[in-house]
Amino acid sequence: MVKRQFDYEQKVREIRDKLEELNNLSSNMEFDLSQEIESLEEKIENNRERRYKNLSPWEKVLLSRHPERPNSNDYIRYFCEEWIELHGDRHFGDDSSVIGGIGRFNGQAVTILGYRKGKDTRENLQYNFGMPHPEGYRKIQRLLLQAEKFQRPVITLIDTPGAYPGIGAEERGQAWAISQVLMTLSALEVPVIAVVSGEGGSGGALALAVADRLLMLSNAVFSVASPEACASILWKDLERVEDMARAMKITAHDLQRLGIVDEIIEEPLGGAHLNFPEMAEKLKKALQKHLGELTSQDSGELSEERYQKLRKIGEFRG
Amino acid sequence: MEKEEEEKKVALPINCPSCSARIPAEALQRNLKVCPKCQHHFSLNARERIDLMVDNGSFQEFDADLSSFNLLDFPGYQEKLEKAQELSGSREAIITGLATVDGHKLVLGVMESSFMMASMGSVVGEKVCRAVEQAMELSCPLLICSCSGGARMQEGMVALMQMAKTSAVLGKFNQAGLLYISLLTHPTTGGVSASFASLADIILAEPGALIGFAGPRVIKQTIGQQLPPRFQRSEFLLEHGMIDLLVERSQLKETLSSLLGLHQEG
Ligand SMILES: [Zn+2]
Repeated sequence: MVKRQFDYEQKVREIRDKLEELNNLSSNMEFDLSQEIESLEEKIENNRERRYKNLSPWEKVLLSRHPERPNSNDYIRYFCEEWIELHGDRHFGDDSSVIGGIGRFNGQAVTILGYRKGKDTRENLQYNFGMPHPEGYRKIQRLLLQAEKFQRPVITLIDTPGAYPGIGAEERGQAWAISQVLMTLSALEVPVIAVVSGEGGSGGALALAVADRLLMLSNAVFSVASPEACASILWKDLERVEDMARAMKITAHDLQRLGIVDEIIEEPLGGAHLNFPEMAEKLKKALQKHLGELTSQDSGELSEERYQKLRKIGEFRG
Repeated sequence: MEKEEEEKKVALPINCPSCSARIPAEALQRNLKVCPKCQHHFSLNARERIDLMVDNGSFQEFDADLSSFNLLDFPGYQEKLEKAQELSGSREAIITGLATVDGHKLVLGVMESSFMMASMGSVVGEKVCRAVEQAMELSCPLLICSCSGGARMQEGMVALMQMAKTSAVLGKFNQAGLLYISLLTHPTTGGVSASFASLADIILAEPGALIGFAGPRVIKQTIGQQLPPRFQRSEFLLEHGMIDLLVERSQLKETLSSLLGLHQEG
């Protein structure tokens, strides 16, 4: 059976609760178990560390989709001293699976754009599970050009299963909308830093990943299509999704090796959701560093370097 | 013996998948692989499409020896590549080159659907970029005829990034003030439709072609409803303002020639 949930942490919690119980019980008896319990606790912690150092790619997929994983709202709230969300694509509507606006980051005005997942059913319905329609991409397009006009750097947060596959989305030009964002970002004359913070699902996610620097949280994943889709299409076997997740090379470390990801931001033990302030602070520090480096560059030089970086991606013979 | 059998196979009449008419093979060939009864456009392979569009003998291929390898050690990919090469007679899923159409010089890219559904991996991305760069160097228009299932899964994120790479190069092309015509043929979906195939000045499509971002099966699964008739067909896209023009195969060369002429200076 394929694991559909990452429940290791829950099991650890259960064992710890049992130990606590045992500790309480034994304190009323003549014999003292505290030493044994302490050594057991140490064992658990060691096991936990080992476990998290050796997560399989599929387990990272599950962690990246964890319902408690910090979302774009959380990061923006943490990063910005001031934040004004801007809405709408000026054509059809406002897509709330995409959050965009202007914030003050470390004293500097920046445009932040992110895919946005919810944390409960109500939020997920509101944010369409983080899956944009063309309106979302057109909002991105509009705010990118606005950022360029006012010389504001752009920070993007990537956490989406992909673009929404629906009738309206196709009628209103999903493919065209994504292609426009890709082209615009590739030549934008302000610094662009992208962060894969959770799930990077296919072309719908890629639209925010064309950047001077691509950072990735250590348990995040980024893939050409979901491992489920690939397993069912290529192998006609959903049960082999764990093997597929491994074969597709979707983890931060794989993608750094492939030259696609520039820096990995290590998550707290157990994942970003177990210690959000630590995670957010680490990411903020990394963004500050890159922003400082990029802001000092000439804008023409900057977009040319981004271009050269993209142009080089690919491996072939002949 | 083998040859005879092959000839016999070619000579068999073909059933039109659209109107079920039995069409003699020669009649179908003569009609540019379009059903004479219902105008259903059968797939053309890349060579046939090039022959249909360009002036006789004018085609000079670029980068014919660029080929893919199993860069992620993906199970079975090497074998798939070899099979696809055998089946399609092509090294990869796109052929690019220089040609003339009614004397108008242009750089051309034509995707080959029999090569792994013309999915885009490193080689397709690279050949598209090199073709665009050639067109810039020669200051001539660009035509890409697409048909593709999207990014090639076996090349993972490297394949997905080809969307960004081709879009970036086309951004430069656009800045250079040159003409790019995209022809969408059956089927054009996923990463190709959401990158270079959509970034043209003028988007043409063949009648009845399936064009979209998500595949119809995925959409049906997601929304749990029947899809409207002719959903994601080129006529549907025209109606929704997503393409410029439907072009029947018999009119293709003439239309291209006219568009190229209208963009020629002085
Ligand atoms: Zn017919």
